[in-house]
Amino acid sequence: MSEIRVNGQTHEIQTDPDMPLLWVLRDVLGMQGTKYGCGIGQCGSCTVHLAGQAVKACSLPVSAVGDLEVTTIEGLSTDGQHPVQKAWREHGVPQCGYCQVGQMMAAAALLTSKPKPTDADIDRGMSGNLCRCGTYTRVRAAIKTAGKEMAK
Amino acid sequence: MSYPLNKSGQGIAIESGAPSVLRPALSRRAFMASLSAGSLVLATRFASGASVSLVGSSALDFEPDLFVSIDPTGLVTILAHRSEMGTGIRTALPMVVADELGADWERVVIEQSIGDARTGSQNTDGSQSVRGFYDRMRIAGATARRMLEQAAAQEWGVDAEECNASEHKVTHKASKRSLGFGELVEAASKLDVPAPQSLRMRDKKEYRIVGKNVPLTDMDGLLDGSAKFGIDARLDGQLYAVIARSPVLGGTLVNYDSDAALAVDGVVEVLEIPPFEAPHSFQALGGVAVVATNTWAAIQGRKALAVEWEAGPNGAFESKAFEAELAESARTPGRVCRDEGDAVAALKDADPADVFSADYYVPFLAHAPMEPPCALANVELNSDGQVTHCEVWTATQNPQAAQGILAGTLGIPPEQAIVNVTLLGGGFGRKSKPDYVAEAAILSRDLGAPVHVTWTREDDIRHDYYHTVGAVHMQAVQDKQGKPTAWLQRSAFPPITSTFVAGARDGGAGEMGMGFTDLPYALDHLRVENSPASAHLRIGWLRSVAHIYHAFGVCSFPDELAHRAGKEPLSYLLELLGEDRHLKLDGVQYSNGGESMEDYPIDIARLRHVTERAAKLAGWGRKLPKGKGLGIACHRSFLSYCATVVEVDVSKSGVLSITKVSSVIDAGTVIHPDRVKAQMEGAAVFGTSLAVHGEITAKDGAVIESNFDTYPLARMNDAPKEIQVEIVENDAPPGGVGEVGVPPFAPALCNAIFAATGKRVRRLPIRHHDLSWS
Repeated sequence: MSEIRVNGQTHEIQTDPDMPLLWVLRDVLGMQGTKYGCGIGQCGSCTVHLAGQAVKACSLPVSAVGDLEVTTIEGLSTDGQHPVQKAWREHGVPQCGYCQVGQMMAAAALLTSKPKPTDADIDRGMSGNLCRCGTYTRVRAAIKTAGKEMAK
Repeated sequence: MSYPLNKSGQGIAIESGAPSVLRPALSRRAFMASLSAGSLVLATRFASGASVSLVGSSALDFEPDLFVSIDPTGLVTILAHRSEMGTGIRTALPMVVADELGADWERVVIEQSIGDARTGSQNTDGSQSVRGFYDRMRIAGATARRMLEQAAAQEWGVDAEECNASEHKVTHKASKRSLGFGELVEAASKLDVPAPQSLRMRDKKEYRIVGKNVPLTDMDGLLDGSAKFGIDARLDGQLYAVIARSPVLGGTLVNYDSDAALAVDGVVEVLEIPPFEAPHSFQALGGVAVVATNTWAAIQGRKALAVEWEAGPNGAFESKAFEAELAESARTPGRVCRDEGDAVAALKDADPADVFSADYYVPFLAHAPMEPPCALANVELNSDGQVTHCEVWTATQNPQAAQGILAGTLGIPPEQAIVNVTLLGGGFGRKSKPDYVAEAAILSRDLGAPVHVTWTREDDIRHDYYHTVGAVHMQAVQDKQGKPTAWLQRSAFPPITSTFVAGARDGGAGEMGMGFTDLPYALDHLRVENSPASAHLRIGWLRSVAHIYHAFGVCSFPDELAHRAGKEPLSYLLELLGEDRHLKLDGVQYSNGGESMEDYPIDIARLRHVTERAAKLAGWGRKLPKGKGLGIACHRSFLSYCATVVEVDVSKSGVLSITKVSSVIDAGTVIHPDRVKAQMEGAAVFGTSLAVHGEITAKDGAVIESNFDTYPLARMNDAPKEIQVEIVENDAPPGGVGEVGVPPFAPALCNAIFAATGKRVRRLPIRHHDLSWS
């Protein structure tokens, strides 16, 4: 039995300590906003925040989480109005939308460390997140819009 | 693209033709019962007789048409029967219904249809949702409107022609009276449903919703993570499965260690799925399933299985050796598919110095939707072992094909299979093939519990229905001005038919008609041929299908000819398109996407127009330093016209940067311009993935690539930096959108690379080429 803090709540879990955080979130805690895409940290669909930093939940054993706070899309905002979510809506970013949770989590973390990201910053911060529909130009534009609102 | 699925003999649902106007629905509209806490949110339509909990639906509703229902509060429910995989179709088609009806979009809810043949084709591919159902949606909306107007007219004792439905109410202008839709529901329900030919359709200028970029139906859920995809489907007590499948197509199971798998914490069962019987069509591939209480445990259990396989006849397949074989086939005379003048004689008689030949090659590609194939099935049996209930929740592009394979697999009539359609985390053609649905159903039946099958990314890349490898051979005779006087083109590729007919080797008329037999250039002597090729992997259709390799040859070759003649490529291309005309294809087996050549001619003027506009948009003709270049390509596909200019910057060391893409699409009537734009942007990125990165290879019959590390896709840092899109406005009937932007991309990119570096890429992917220059 161990404890994990997700979106401000403590959960008691009884799983294989090697189970990646992704599957603990999805199959054990029933929080399915975080997506599986590759299982090897290549696509970023599973991006969550660990103590505010973007991490790939598919490659993070739950035992490595320790007492650090996990934030998922379900906890990014209570009302879907995080500046990143608002910018994503404004720019009509999602197509199928499957990777967009990971994109938004990566973008929110990027903007926390780089409130005014350059294109090079965005390339660096976002190239770990694949989008097969090809929304990259809108992701880039939305990050810039969100950055402006967060700077207010 | 629609394929004759019935050929498989698997009882696949056959596409219906143009949908007939359907009588009011037999069953009540309903939202799906809440199955358990956190269960599917996506509203779903139940088949007649299914046990449902009715939400917001009652016997008092007005249901004039299968696709539309209005309740006494005025809430309009519109049925979405095509699958949402990112095109915005769950928004676009209902917009048409709502606009014809005169509904306030804010008071419309969208309900997703289960697999139901009454809706017409639900096979969401071939870029045909709007084309196939625009008129049907207008009929649905106009039928309801007419009846509401009649009900109001009756109430007021006036002529129905004087009444008009708009903004969710019917108004009689002369007497300034109006009644809300909800208030008219009861009276309208008692009226006869008018015949579609008696309906008055709104004029385009009356539309308030069509043509506007209304917010997407699914946007909120996609932004807060609550949107439900196939991977998210849940039922109480469900088990989670992953399956070990033969690395070689048609391999047989020799041995495995079930005890080792069962020793993994959380694994509850190991069971075999029987192998498919050729042709494989949409059947489960067969293998060993590991079933657990969570996905991770199932994956760990599968690792412990240590399965041994006997490869079988496909075990000798090597993609590298096959490439040489295929190129040779493409250079060998084949079956004639279009023949004008005498190209063969002209080539034979020409001075060899005037003949130019080039060979193009596009390797196998994987679909790799971000959500891999997934399905949840609940199959219940009675004590005699007969199926009493079969219900699935899945990300499928074709729920009726899923019904068909469930019927064939379980021995039930297709209508007994209830197929609930979730959102799709991408489709690109992969999710038209419901083999994964059959797998989940077999496991649920055998275990007596709901089972969710997840394909890992490795499963997805190694067991896809691959976009086929294609070789294209081009030959032309050029006159003194460089103009082609004779032209021969031949393609060879393992055909999609091989998935449905074991051993098929000839390219189908459908594939040949995708950008090859419909070559739009003005040529006196032209021959188009196909040469045979065998399939050793499962072959399927991927976004843009045969257009990908055909356009690569057909749109690269003119650029080569232009440079060879010292001509400017754009004007050379425009001259090659010839006079504005409707291309005649007399005697050619050509399906034109299932539409008539009268309604959807091959209109060279439209192709020329998009080409000229794309050139203008891109600033064609600018002087650029070495290392930078522009390339252009134009292509008609899925009954729409598209031209793309790609601008590249190639460093001296050969690092490629796609700095700008300028695309123009003429898709006729457009419902949601922003989603058309989004599809075109996506096509440029999809095109980058296939042109720069994509290649599936096989050794000893098994696919080598397995995940995004070995099958890379375009990322933020190497995708086009800027994509500009223009949509040609016209009133032509709707053409396709989703696939139209892909075909011209790769040739435009390679033409740009040539302009920048003098290096010609004829074999994709580009990443294998040295683009350095000095």
